[in-house]
Amino acid sequence: MSVNALYDYKFEPRDKVENFNGMQLLYVLWPNHLMFCSPFALLVKPDMTFGTMVEEILKPATAPHPDAAKADFLGAQWLLNDEPFTPDVNASLKDNGIDHKSMLTVTTPGLNGLAGAGF
Amino acid sequence: MAVKSKKLNLKDKYQYLTRDMAWEPTYQKKKDIFPDEDFEGIKITDWSQWEDPFRLTMDAYWKYQAEKEKKLYAIFDAFAQNNGHQNISDARYVNALKLFLTGVSPLEHAAFQGYAKVGRQFSGAGARVACQMQAIDELRHSQTQQHAMSHYNKHFNGLHDAAYMHDRVWFLSVPKSFFDDARSAGPFEFLTAISFSFEYVLTNLLFVPFMSGAAYNGDMATVTFGFSAQSDEARHMTLGLEVIKFILEQHEDNVPIVQRWIDKWFWRGFRLLSLVSMMMDYMLPNKVMSWSEAWEVYYEQNGGALFKDLERYGIRPPKYQDVANDAKHHISHQLWGTFYQYSQATNFHTWIPGKDEMDWMSEKYPETFDKYYRPRYEHWAKEHAEGRRFYNNTLPQLCQVCQVPTLFTEMGEPTKLSHRQMKYEGERYHFCSEACCDIFKHEPEKYVQAWLPVHQIYQGNCEGGDVETVVQKYYHINIGEDNFEYVGSPDHKRWLSIKGKSSDDKTERAKRDAA
Ligand SMILES: [Fe+2]
Ligand SMILES: [Fe+2]
Ligand SMILES: [Zn+2]
Repeated sequence: MSVNALYDYKFEPRDKVENFNGMQLLYVLWPNHLMFCSPFALLVKPDMTFGTMVEEILKPATAPHPDAAKADFLGAQWLLNDEPFTPDVNASLKDNGIDHKSMLTVTTPGLNGLAGAGF
Repeated sequence: MAVKSKKLNLKDKYQYLTRDMAWEPTYQKKKDIFPDEDFEGIKITDWSQWEDPFRLTMDAYWKYQAEKEKKLYAIFDAFAQNNGHQNISDARYVNALKLFLTGVSPLEHAAFQGYAKVGRQFSGAGARVACQMQAIDELRHSQTQQHAMSHYNKHFNGLHDAAYMHDRVWFLSVPKSFFDDARSAGPFEFLTAISFSFEYVLTNLLFVPFMSGAAYNGDMATVTFGFSAQSDEARHMTLGLEVIKFILEQHEDNVPIVQRWIDKWFWRGFRLLSLVSMMMDYMLPNKVMSWSEAWEVYYEQNGGALFKDLERYGIRPPKYQDVANDAKHHISHQLWGTFYQYSQATNFHTWIPGKDEMDWMSEKYPETFDKYYRPRYEHWAKEHAEGRRFYNNTLPQLCQVCQVPTLFTEMGEPTKLSHRQMKYEGERYHFCSEACCDIFKHEPEKYVQAWLPVHQIYQGNCEGGDVETVVQKYYHINIGEDNFEYVGSPDHKRWLSIKGKSSDDKTERAKRDAA
């Protein structure tokens, strides 16, 4: 469908990758850890390795959660945009097929948040 | 010698004011005079069927409003002279006003602009007059709310730059984008969105909590504003119902168009009201009723009766109302948890509810509070006590349509985050729900332009790359005064000293009062 308008209604998407000065957006969801209210929105370099992203961005972001210290993110189960995905830790995000505004979901078996409440 | 003219009765006056203000153009085409009336596909066959149940004339309107205004400002003056702010239940209450002043009062102004605009666009004179009067009402609401709350600005933080913040601060893009969406639609969609879906169906969920909340918490300035706006709101609600029935009666082709607008605007309003849900359950020290109770009375019961009544036009209840009904057990808690963790970037404070409050919530939310939400607060309270007050230092993903962080959970699965993603013309978009994704799919060109605060920060458009700079320079939130935890905040200290519970703050207050 399209907008019903008085004129030809066409605009550029506001969040195209070229607006991010060489960086791109990446979202990461850690299910059953609703202490972090939403998936994280991260600004990342496309040529950063997957391992570096986990070490330098995801780990500090999740650190306040008691499960974080026990989590083996690199050995966990990943989804990329809702599809099963096996990351290559040493390859860049781009070479892992992670494009602008992609979403990663990382499930850490055995770690299901606090109080049995997915928190 | 002038002959004293016969006095007109109200009905005649109204007739002169509306119908006789309209005429059939002779040297201009009607289409050129009202160019926006047709493009939405709404068919109006006979404008004379428009019924205005109030038949208020302009001179009566001015007289009546002026009377109300006089009384209102007399009470504001008395409130200020008697230091009325000292009689509220607790200073935590003022945080509800901070949310109201930055989130709602600017919407009153947006409503003024919206009605002023559409009040020009209908070829039916009755509809034009009703819209023009509502435009004036809404302008007045925006002004009187600012006056009602200005006294608090002298004594508490976070109220100093509401209109500026409304255009910039991350969570205020939720109300702002809601109204921008309505105002950039055609005139019939605007009325369906604001007059019907918002004012008629949902407004009680905004107005009752705030105004009764003010009464329960000793805020006489805001209560008086509420009384003064009540008769206006009654008129607005009546207009909302009249609009929808009029459009539906005019032509059967209008039904599917209106149904889609009702689906869209019910959902957008429901998402907007999630902010009110947390205000009700958490920001009012003296509680009026719970969000779930309010939703049951004002939506499930009243809305249920309304949609039963509209059935004869072929209208069904809004799509996804089942999701909204289920969410009444959760959203206030989910929202408060979100603001609790992002308090470093808000113009108001957050806190862990006290024991009595948590017990109240257990009683009001027997199936969900103890199971899903109390453990959160207990964990965070423990962390705070050990010197680690929890803040989330990573920005959240936002919904492309409602602009709320994608924080809601699936219906019937309170531990499963609700999230949808789709690609449109090569770009990825993320949503908080199926309903927001549906809205996008219907008008993608509109929402691809969304000004999402998190993405704007990352693009470097908010005066800095780090949250602290953005909050201070771009949002005008004074760090350490307006934001962070309530306990130990300057507001908290000032309140304790007003109540004579601590004297260590006296010099600071004396300085402030002298300034
Ligand atoms: Fe209003
Ligand atoms: Fe109104
Ligand atoms: Zn949404």
